[in-house]
Amino acid sequence: MTRFRVSVEIRPRDGILDPQGRAVADALRTLGFAAVHDVHVGRFVVLEADAASPDAASADVERMCQRLLANPVVEDYRITAVVPQVASA
Amino acid sequence: MKFGIVVFPGSNCDTDAYHAVVDGLGEPAVYLWHKSHDLEEVDVVVLPGGFAYGDYLRAGAIARFSPIMQEVAEHAQRGGPVLAICNGFQVACEAGLLPGALARNVGLQFISDTVRVRVETTETIFTAAYGRGQVLAIPIAHGEGRYYADAETLDRLDGEGQVVFRYHGDNPNGSARDIAGIVNAGGNVLGLMPHPERACDARVGSVDGLALFSSLLSRVAAT
Repeated sequence: MTRFRVSVEIRPRDGILDPQGRAVADALRTLGFAAVHDVHVGRFVVLEADAASPDAASADVERMCQRLLANPVVEDYRITAVVPQVASA
Repeated sequence: MKFGIVVFPGSNCDTDAYHAVVDGLGEPAVYLWHKSHDLEEVDVVVLPGGFAYGDYLRAGAIARFSPIMQEVAEHAQRGGPVLAICNGFQVACEAGLLPGALARNVGLQFISDTVRVRVETTETIFTAAYGRGQVLAIPIAHGEGRYYADAETLDRLDGEGQVVFRYHGDNPNGSARDIAGIVNAGGNVLGLMPHPERACDARVGSVDGLALFSSLLSRVAAT
């Protein structure tokens, strides 16, 4: 088994009103960042878990997203990195 | 008729619910600790308001995996009444007892206020003692109360008479179709963001919530 550090990005689903993202976008434009069109604010989860392979680690985290880490009614998730850590004894 | 009020770490309207049932309605109630697997033969389960597990991750996301939620789900599947208020509504949606989700209020602010809520149907065990179209004064206190479901689900809720309460006049949180409370297809699980249990005593400003509890008493005790 290898220990993997897995990163997951969770954000409001496209098409669903994201008042937090809109407020941040407004604030950025107020600061003079006129180029900003769209902002979405979500969560970033980093976890370490043991698995036989990167694919297995990714599949495990996929199940975690479906059951707990994201709410598919209002959120999308994306596994952004699966990085092996030191091998466990 | 015996009420069971689930207590999660972070529940804070459990005693309000107890007061409404015991002192307002005059029926017995027990607290059910979230780690228990025993519903103690209650007739009605109340999922109370609060911030179960600190709303970590998402409101209700972790509470739904509390041990007692297994028994609550079985109770609901048997047709047992579940009254899910505010954070309890969020827990019930996360647990799949009710469709949809509660998202961040459109104005981003936590709102603590008394709002007007319209009774959309009296054909439920929770609203039989109200009049159809009756407008109630009920407090709300939430930051994530914007009801969201896809259009197909909303149409089904509307078509099947599952929208029980709507905000009347102002929609405080941006909920889809002004929805304040819904029942499941079986009609035995009610989720609502307003707090009827905090409107059961004239000394705190409104008794408009009491008829929800007396509806349950007349309709559930009769079966």
